Amino acid sequence: MDPKVQKVAEVWERDTAIVEGVDISGPWNRMFGQRVIWDYTPDLIQEIAQLPGAESFAWCYQCGKCVPVCPVDVVGDYGPRKLYRRAQTGINLLESPDLWLCTTCANCLRVCPKQVDMVQIMPAAREQAMLTGRAIPAELQEALENTAKYGNPLGQPARKREAWVKEAGVPVPILHQIQRPVEWLWWVECYPSYHPRGIDASIALARIFHALGLDFAILGREEKCAGDSQRLAGERGLFEMLAEENIRTLSKYEFQHIVVTDPHALNAFRKHYPKLGGQYDVWHYTTLLARELPRLQPLLTRSLPYRVTFHDPCYLGRHNGEYDAPRLLLQALPGVEFVEMLRCRENSYCCGGGGGGMWLDSFAAGHQRRRLSEERVLEAASTGADTLVVCCPYEVSRFEDAVKSTGVEGRLRVRDIAELLAEAMGLIGEGTA
Amino acid sequence: MTIVVVMEQVPDVVEELVIAPSGTDLDRDAVSYVINEYDDHALEEALLLAEATGDEVVAVGIDTTGELDQALYTALAKGARRAIKVTGDFEGAWLSTRAAAQLLVPVIKELDPRLVLTGVQAPDDLDGQLAPTLSALLGWPHASVVISSEIADGVVRARKELWAGITMTLELELPAVLGVQAARQAPRYVPISRVRQVMREASIETREVEPVGDLAPSLMRLRFPAETSQAEMLTGNASEIADRLIELLRARGLL
Repeated sequence: MDPKVQKVAEVWERDTAIVEGVDISGPWNRMFGQRVIWDYTPDLIQEIAQLPGAESFAWCYQCGKCVPVCPVDVVGDYGPRKLYRRAQTGINLLESPDLWLCTTCANCLRVCPKQVDMVQIMPAAREQAMLTGRAIPAELQEALENTAKYGNPLGQPARKREAWVKEAGVPVPILHQIQRPVEWLWWVECYPSYHPRGIDASIALARIFHALGLDFAILGREEKCAGDSQRLAGERGLFEMLAEENIRTLSKYEFQHIVVTDPHALNAFRKHYPKLGGQYDVWHYTTLLARELPRLQPLLTRSLPYRVTFHDPCYLGRHNGEYDAPRLLLQALPGVEFVEMLRCRENSYCCGGGGGGMWLDSFAAGHQRRRLSEERVLEAASTGADTLVVCCPYEVSRFEDAVKSTGVEGRLRVRDIAELLAEAMGLIGEGTA
Repeated sequence: MTIVVVMEQVPDVVEELVIAPSGTDLDRDAVSYVINEYDDHALEEALLLAEATGDEVVAVGIDTTGELDQALYTALAKGARRAIKVTGDFEGAWLSTRAAAQLLVPVIKELDPRLVLTGVQAPDDLDGQLAPTLSALLGWPHASVVISSEIADGVVRARKELWAGITMTLELELPAVLGVQAARQAPRYVPISRVRQVMREASIETREVEPVGDLAPSLMRLRFPAETSQAEMLTGNASEIADRLIELLRARGLL
C-alpha cells in the first residue's frame, strides 16, 4: 500500500469488554476514528483512469448498482464500485488480486448510470501491470505463452488443429487443400479444435452443416486463436499479432461469410478486427442455424425426452445482442421441454471463463466461495432441468467440472446446442458424437 | 558491470519431430525452435542479480537456426541491455558443446563480464558440459545445478542442488561461470506489445565467426527410441484388482 495514504485516523479497541456480566471481548469491539474527506487521495484512481481506455474508472459516483449484478460479487467480494472505493482507501488495483477476477461479462455496464466500462478498464489495467513488470498468475502466463508460441492457449501443436476432421464422419473441406471459393468459412477456434468435448460439438456441427448442404470449409492448421480473451486478459500486443496473422491468412482465400463456433471469436471479428483492416460478415453458428430453421426443422425427426435450460454466453448475449437464436433452436427440438433460469438473457450469469478467466480458474477459486461455473450449475439444477445447454466452447468443460464438484452428477448433463440438434437429426447418438 | 547470459535454441518437442531422409538429421523444415528452458531460467536469475546490483545483462547466443532473433528480442524486452548473436556457416550442423564454447569465449572476453550464466543442460547437452567447458577455457571458477545466487563483497554465492534435498552454497571469486538449474522465481512474463516495441527500437549486434575445426560430432544415425512394453491397466472391481496386483508382485518375487 502507498505509505502516503493513511487508512484511518485512529483505532480504538477494548482488550476486555463486559456487558451486563457477559464477556464479549474480541475484535468486534474495534472502532475506527473518522477521517476527513481530503485525506483520501485520488492518486490511485488517477493511475488507472489515465490509461487509454480506462478513463471511465474515475466517473464512478458510488451508487452501487453494479455490485448486486456482478457475478463475481455473488460468490465473493467484488464490483466496480468496490474497486473504486478500494483505490480511494489506498489499495492499488495493479497489485491487487482484484485485477484478475473480472470476467468482463459486462453486466455492470448494463446497469451503470455513469457508463463505467470494466470491459475497457480491465484490459488497460492488466496491460499496465504487465508492462510495469508486475507478476501475473502463473496459469495465465502459461496460456499466454502457449498462444504466442503455438497459436492456441492449450499448448497444442498447430498441425494438430485439423486432426479432429478425421473423426467427423462427413467431409470437412480444408481451404489449403481444396483451393476453391466457398460461401461459408467456418472459424472453428481452439477449444472446439483440441479439447475432447469441444471436438464432440465440432463433429456434431460438421454433420449438421453437411446435412444442410452448406458450402463451407475450415482453415485447419492455418487458423490461429482469434485472441479476444487474451486481449481482455491484458495482452493487446499478442491479440494484434494474432489478428494480423489471421487477417493475412484470410486474405489468401475467397469466401462470403464467416461462421464462428466461439462467441469470443465473434466479438473479435465484429468489433476489433475491423480496426486492424479485417472486415468480414460474421455469424455465430446459432444465428446461422436459426436462419436455416425452415430447412432444419423437417430434419429434426427424433424426439428428445429432455428438460433443458440454457446458459446465455456473455459474449453472444450481452456483448453481441443475440438471445433469440439459441432459444428458437431449442424450441424447435421435438420432445424437449425448455425452462429458463432466473438469471437469463440480459441478466444472465457468467460461467467465469471470459476475459481470461478460462486461464485463471485456480487463482480465482482462491478468492471466491465457489466458482462462477459452480454457482451457475447449481442454478441450472434448481430448475429441475436434466440438461444444461450451452453454445460457447468455454462452457462445456467449465460446467462439466462444476457438475462434478457440486455433486449434481447424474442429475445434470452439459451439452452443446449442436449436439442436441445433431441427436434430434439422428446424426449422433445420445451422449456424445 | 556486466553479466553475460548464454542462450541456445532447441527443437520444440511439442511439435512432432521428423527425421530427415538422410537419417542423420531432423527434418529442419518441420522443426520449430524454442529457447532451452534452463537458459530461460539463467536469464531470469541474471535479471534478478542485475536488479539488485545495477549490472548490465547481455544475452549472447550462437545462431545455428537462423531464428535466434526472436529469443534475443524477448530477452531484451525482459530487461537485457544488449543482445549479441554469433553468426557463421552453421547451417545443417549440430555444434558440439565444446565447439559452441570455443565460439563463445572470444565474445565473452570482449564483454569482460564478472559473471556468465547459462542453463545447466540442454537437450543437445544432457551432460551439462557447456558451463564447465566455458569455465575451463576462460580459466574461471564454476558451479552448476545452481538454484539461486547472490553477488556480494566481490564474490558470487551460488546455492547448488546436491542430492536427497541437500543443497550446498559455494562462494566463487569473480569472474565466474554458473550453470543454472532454476532461477529463484519462475521466468517472468513479458507482454508481446513490449517485445514488438523492442523489435522496432532495439537492434541485435552480430559477431561473424569462422567455424572452428570440427564443429559437429559425426552423427551415424538418428532414430526414435524403440517402443518398449506398454503399461497394463488393471480393470475390474477393487478386490479383483487387488488379487491381480498380488499375483503380479508374487510373479516378480516381490512378495
